[in-house]
Amino acid sequence: MEAHVVSNTVVVGLVAGVLYTARVVRRSRFWSDAIRELGRRRPIALAAIAFYVALGLADSVAWLDRGAEGIAAHTPRSLVDRLFPADFQERSYSAPLAFEEFYGGAGLRFPGQHWLGTDILGRDVLHMALKGARVALLLGGLTSLIVIPLALLFGMSAGYFGGRIDDAVFFAISTLSSIPTLLLLIALIVALGRGPVQVCFAMGVTGWVSFARVIRGETLKLRELDYVAAARALGASEARILLRHILPNLMHLVVITFVLLFSGMVLTEAVLAFLGIGLDGSWGQMIDQARDELARDPIIFWNLAAASVALFGLILSVNFVGDAIRDILDPRTVRENV
Amino acid sequence: MIAYAVRRLAYGFLVVLGVLGLLFALFFVYAQPVDMARRAVGEKASPEVLALWIHQHGYDRPKLEQLRDHYRKMLTFDFGRSDLDDVPIARRLREGAGPSLSFTVPAFAIGLLLAIQLSLFVAYFRETYIDRTILLVAVLEMSVSILLYIIGGQYVIGKILCWFPISGFAPDPALIPRFIAMPVLIYALAGVGGDVRFYRTVFVEETNRDYVRTARAKGAGDVRVMVRHVLRNSLIPILTNVVMAIPFLFMGALLIESFFGIPGLGAVTVDAVQANDFSTLRVMVYITALLFTVFQVVTDFTYTLADPRVRLE
Repeated sequence: MEAHVVSNTVVVGLVAGVLYTARVVRRSRFWSDAIRELGRRRPIALAAIAFYVALGLADSVAWLDRGAEGIAAHTPRSLVDRLFPADFQERSYSAPLAFEEFYGGAGLRFPGQHWLGTDILGRDVLHMALKGARVALLLGGLTSLIVIPLALLFGMSAGYFGGRIDDAVFFAISTLSSIPTLLLLIALIVALGRGPVQVCFAMGVTGWVSFARVIRGETLKLRELDYVAAARALGASEARILLRHILPNLMHLVVITFVLLFSGMVLTEAVLAFLGIGLDGSWGQMIDQARDELARDPIIFWNLAAASVALFGLILSVNFVGDAIRDILDPRTVRENV
Repeated sequence: MIAYAVRRLAYGFLVVLGVLGLLFALFFVYAQPVDMARRAVGEKASPEVLALWIHQHGYDRPKLEQLRDHYRKMLTFDFGRSDLDDVPIARRLREGAGPSLSFTVPAFAIGLLLAIQLSLFVAYFRETYIDRTILLVAVLEMSVSILLYIIGGQYVIGKILCWFPISGFAPDPALIPRFIAMPVLIYALAGVGGDVRFYRTVFVEETNRDYVRTARAKGAGDVRVMVRHVLRNSLIPILTNVVMAIPFLFMGALLIESFFGIPGLGAVTVDAVQANDFSTLRVMVYITALLFTVFQVVTDFTYTLADPRVRLE
């Protein structure tokens, strides 16, 4: 199946998932209160994240143009691409809103239309910066598909069953966490081969460890509580206790840890981009490609600035929201504020 | 206590064996030697040349033999030669450790002192505007990519202000401070935001304890309370952070070293990644994991120095 068809299907699935989650959240007093409180405390950061998510989704819905010829007939254009004219490219650098090329002064094909200028290949910087949102969200999304199930499976079974299982999981956690995260990531990506799936897989393998440790600790505590003993006395099976009684009480940790993990992953991807093993089209890659441009004379800054601002905006809002979510959901910090 | 140390070291040894197993699975079982050979001898090499390279480097031997060899060589610190240019890896490690340490140690010390002082200050003014402003700055500072710090630092400090050279390194001790000044500054600044937030939480928790009230009641001044009482009692989380960071100082900082042309272990690692030099990368991962495991045991013993109540059993 073609890539853009897969991508469109995923978007439909995601929207359905979000709608379903919204229904579940609305039924739960705890979660709907938490979301209302979050909206009250961090309205701007939430709006910024919503903007990035909308951008990422819009860039994931793409289709082919009917009646197009040549290469255009085989390159699907997304909703974000359609904000810009087709074949929106110059020959080389041009400054923001310029009418001619930066070096040499030849006329542009689209004078005055490149709001943030163009890069060395003449690609529109604003367009590239907007498309970076999808890459960042893809990284977070794919990685969370690996991290959350792994961390829950291993963390919960280690904490709940103890004994041999706990020993094995604890050994895996100790082994993986004795290697510095960045080095482990690099080793995994280099050995598995470079590519988006490999990068997300490597991020997943390095990410689940700290996550599983948190889940394990919390499960150890929950296991001893009276309501779990009551469920067991009523004859509930182990699977039912784990899924219906322990898992819902871990969800707040899942949300908190994931939000904090997300900003770390996107920042780490920028480092990987410098090493040449990042994701194509990410802001990190834009920054990496722009790093020699400050040495030019006169200097070219718009490329670096656009990617950095886009990256900074996402990370900052996620950090703000992450802190607020932790304050709201984690009962320990409530005690601290009293 | 000796029994405890032996047990911890034995477990650490198991963990190191686990790391070696993971490395074997990645670099000997999963990775394709043909890709390595192509990188080493050239993209257009003939199949015979590639096969010869693979044979010479022993990647075509039975897996079991390779496994035995891998464990034996790593555990006896016989790292062999780089797959790429046949330089002994042990020599790379010896030559790289000095330059790495020469900039990470001052950078780490400065960053730590700065973070602790700032967070003590912030913890004293907790829940005031001073506290909120510094925390806000810390979040802003944490959200900037390290790439931007490096590129911006090189441009502003190196190119416009011309305070320090943009990059480079000299083995001459008299010249080193000039070259490491900017990397030290950037390394220290890049980490300070997160550290301040972490240490602030630790200190705020301590300032709410009873002994702080007692100290105030007996007439101890603000500085004395914060430094002699709060700081002293927060040593355990600080020590954990500090001792666990030491193994990474040997590694240097991957990005900073390669941007600033410091010929340390971080730069060696970056070169190994870019050249697909599996043998060097393997050794780097192994060495850091080994150091980390050793220092983990060391941390436990520093706890007994920091807090006499801690008993290791």
